Amino acid sequence: MSVRRLDPNQPESFAFTPENAAWAETVIARYPEGRARSAVIPLLWRAQEQAGGWLPEAAIRHVADMLGMAPIRALEIATFYTMFQLSPVGEKAHVQVCGTTPCLLRGAEELKAVCKRRIHEHPHRRSTDGAFSWEEVECLGACVNAPMVQIGADTYEDLTPERLEKILDAFARGETPTPGPQVDRQFSAPAGGPTTLTELDYEAMARDYAARAGEAAPSAPEAHAATAGQAVASLAEASAAGAVAAAMADPPAGEDADEPANAGEGAGEGEGERASEDEGTRPVGLAAPRDGKPDDLKKISGIGPKLEGLLNELGIYHYDQIAAWNDENAAWVDNYLAFKGRIEREDWIGQAKTLAAGGETAFSARYEGGEAPAKEEAE
Amino acid sequence: MAVKLIIDGQEYEVADGITLMEACEEAAGKEIPRFCYHERLSIAGNCRMCLVEVVGAPKPIASCAQTVNELRKGPKGEPPEIRTDSDLVRKARRGVMEFLLINHPLDCPICDQGGECDLQDQAMAYGFDENRFEENKRAVENKYLGPLVKTIMTRCIHCTRCVRFMTEVAGVEELGAIGRGEDMEITTYLDSGLHSELQGNIIDLCPVGALTSRPYAFQARPWELAKTETIDVMDAVGSNIRVDSRGPRVMRILPRNNDAVNEEWISDKTRFVWDGLAHGRLDRPWVRREGVLQPASWEEALKVVADRLQSVATTRIGAIVGDLAAAEEMFALKGLMAGLRAPHIDCRQDGSRLDPKLGRETYLFNATIEGIERADAILLVGTNPRLEATVLNARIRKRWRMGALPIGLIGAPADLTYPYAHLGTGPATLRELAQGRHDFTETLAKAERPMVIVGEAALTRDDGGSILALAAKLAMQTGMVGAAEGWNGFCVLHGAASRVAGLDLGLTPGDGGLDVAGMIEAARTGELDVLYLLGADEIDTGTLGRATTFVIYQGTHGDRGAEIADVILPGAAYTEKSATWVNTEGRPQMSERAVFPPGEAKEDWAILRALSEAVGRTLPFDTLSELRALLYKEAPHLAALDVVEPAGTSGIETLARIGTDVSDTPLSAYAADYYKTNAIARASRVMDDLSRARLGGAAGAAGGEGIQRGEATGTDG
Repeated sequence: MSVRRLDPNQPESFAFTPENAAWAETVIARYPEGRARSAVIPLLWRAQEQAGGWLPEAAIRHVADMLGMAPIRALEIATFYTMFQLSPVGEKAHVQVCGTTPCLLRGAEELKAVCKRRIHEHPHRRSTDGAFSWEEVECLGACVNAPMVQIGADTYEDLTPERLEKILDAFARGETPTPGPQVDRQFSAPAGGPTTLTELDYEAMARDYAARAGEAAPSAPEAHAATAGQAVASLAEASAAGAVAAAMADPPAGEDADEPANAGEGAGEGEGERASEDEGTRPVGLAAPRDGKPDDLKKISGIGPKLEGLLNELGIYHYDQIAAWNDENAAWVDNYLAFKGRIEREDWIGQAKTLAAGGETAFSARYEGGEAPAKEEAE
Repeated sequence: MAVKLIIDGQEYEVADGITLMEACEEAAGKEIPRFCYHERLSIAGNCRMCLVEVVGAPKPIASCAQTVNELRKGPKGEPPEIRTDSDLVRKARRGVMEFLLINHPLDCPICDQGGECDLQDQAMAYGFDENRFEENKRAVENKYLGPLVKTIMTRCIHCTRCVRFMTEVAGVEELGAIGRGEDMEITTYLDSGLHSELQGNIIDLCPVGALTSRPYAFQARPWELAKTETIDVMDAVGSNIRVDSRGPRVMRILPRNNDAVNEEWISDKTRFVWDGLAHGRLDRPWVRREGVLQPASWEEALKVVADRLQSVATTRIGAIVGDLAAAEEMFALKGLMAGLRAPHIDCRQDGSRLDPKLGRETYLFNATIEGIERADAILLVGTNPRLEATVLNARIRKRWRMGALPIGLIGAPADLTYPYAHLGTGPATLRELAQGRHDFTETLAKAERPMVIVGEAALTRDDGGSILALAAKLAMQTGMVGAAEGWNGFCVLHGAASRVAGLDLGLTPGDGGLDVAGMIEAARTGELDVLYLLGADEIDTGTLGRATTFVIYQGTHGDRGAEIADVILPGAAYTEKSATWVNTEGRPQMSERAVFPPGEAKEDWAILRALSEAVGRTLPFDTLSELRALLYKEAPHLAALDVVEPAGTSGIETLARIGTDVSDTPLSAYAADYYKTNAIARASRVMDDLSRARLGGAAGAAGGEGIQRGEATGTDG
């Protein structure tokens, strides 16, 4: 927050277009006789839209005159609410960077740095070509998807500085990039797909909902699904596709589809039910640990208590069992646990070989030292 | 219904619906500090200084914004308990004070509010001795509010009293608070300045030094000023004022509280006219010799006058009383003229057609100013109360704000700060009303306490008497007089402080006497040899100056009257004498001497007493108290200070029966220059600035201090 003043350069006059003037009449008519000034905020907002995203002094006066109120009263309102812009904004985009705590912690400062470098050193000032302006605003309300910016009526979430640059590039070209999260998540659902309530039959729920709502279940989930039915349907679709992340309803927009960085590898390990059995070969398991003494599988980086339990259910108790997995076995377990290559990436087999030989890995050493708690969901 | 409360351990019964602050102050006599709260303004509740503890409440409560009815009784039905002096309260107030001081500059030594500053005083009680705030203090640009109010906005604590006053009382929505939070700023729309005749009051309302008096800037400290409680004479309201003086000079004028008259407001003319008391004063007698005014001694001057008065026929002597004459000197003048057996005497300088023989009720504001608040329909006839009686107009606005008040105006339309129905421009409309041929008659008749206010634009016309009679007829028909118990809605609004006392004392032409216009005409035709002007400046001095008539001017300023005078006798202004003034309601009030008259100037009654001795018709009093004893014998109601003696109604009935003959000429608008209606105001440079600003010119220098827009009066806080 800082002192807000009217811009020194002001247009001479302002008047509503005939359409807006007619609209203003309907708004004023909503209020009882003598209470016309209640319409001041909607009218100022429409004036701001008409004037190109900012509120000239002449517009403030015009609205005050229309409502029969003293100009100072309208000025009080225009200067109080920070969504009323008092100086001209960029013709192509006015970037409102959220600077409140969650966004700040997730990198809003870097987004501001992009704006300062690309647009203007100071907020509320236009870039040299007049196309862009920026400001820092308070919480925009999507803290889960921090950091974020708002451009016009749309928000762009889960931003990185690079991503923001690409978005600004798109605006500069006159395009409007697809708003919303810029990673593979739907709305504020977990990145990578649902992690809870995955056992529900979303497809059936969607059919049920559609039947009750008297409408056909949507064939494909739509971006920005507005109704619960659509949201459920899109989840059902995702679930039906088996590989949750790959079938996300709302793929990241923009020109480079390979951009999404954090494809959700953290999807739940416990969802054995939905794994198919037709890929790879199930490793041979033991009925019980040898001598009743299972190895501590948690010493393998990537395996926590929960995964250890699941592996035990499969009859895997010892390092040498994992060390003996061939690619087929690894692929089966990976698929069973819906891991998308995590076993290979984290080199469970290699770690297990070392541990089975009585050696220690960097992780197991730290684990022994009590420094590294077993990472359940870690990558 | 009364509410029981325990305040600081003692039980009280307080009236229903009052606030906790009122309960604590009025019932229990506890002092509650405050900045934003003001009993004559709406409640804002934003300074948080008035916090009290309510036992059982989770947090301290702003006592200005909560009523006693909102408190809950204890679990066993015991009355709610308030603590005004507990540790919690003290800690809370200290916290509030610390926050207020975070951004307040430490410039008390150069601040005009120093010594009479609420923040300063309360910081003594609740302030910390050191600052825990390590950031920079906020700095705020000063705003241009016009030639009267100087701003040092860094000092503002955002109480919004000024905004509420201008919006609610003054009725001029020009001041506002832009921005928000710490960055809130008080300003006018695009620095356009204030355009109200009451704006000076925001200087008093400001609890800190953010709004101070520009003409008084850096002139004096409050503790070096002598304070005199007296009466204002700029209009016929008789506002109660306090004159602050240092040595021989009046340094400033402030309002005093009088709920019946001016509440605690005064107009800008009243407040800022004081520099006119120091300029253009007559400080010694002057005698015109060979066409040129030359200084003279009192003996010489009185001898010249006495010789002249004794050498002419007494029927060729006239006297006109001006707007700023007090009852005492009018009484003395009347005595002198009676002693000379001179019939031509008139106190109605403006030529208003008022006849005191009909009774006081025909020329008083019978409803009283306070009574306006009880009126439920008002008809204004030929008056612009905003300019003729600014503070009284604020009272009408106050009544209008209370709700449901139909107001009609006959005369020239003007911005009165409240809406009214413009019924017509001329007396013909009033005749329609009086004959019941107008809708507004019914509005008045339906009202329980209707009132009609007849102003100068109606009374000073040739048919002024008829207009007054029509108003009386209307008053009788619509139940303004006598219908409601104790209600008399027939009101005459005067513009001059001297008028009612003059009419009370009968300073109107006797048998064969000429009125003001007659005397001036007689002077022109050479039928009047001597004319005595008791501070009369607002007459046709051009005609008089060309006439052969010998003019004696007794007054305070070298103004229009003195210019054409043959002898000048310097008198005392209203701040320089103890005198009786009767306001438009008929309320006698006494002014006190704050400073002495300049040079050889004397109190006016004493001049007339000396002159009477010089002409051999010595008035029967030697002292002011002897004069007053005689005065009270003739007009006993003048002895009852600050009391409005109800005037009766028979005069209005008589007036209503008088035949009327009105012309159709529209009633004129307020034509005078509001800021220059009398000699003192005309001598004031501040009034000069205001007058020019009002007429559209740029404001010039006031009191030697530049007032250009955007002027930086920085404080190094």
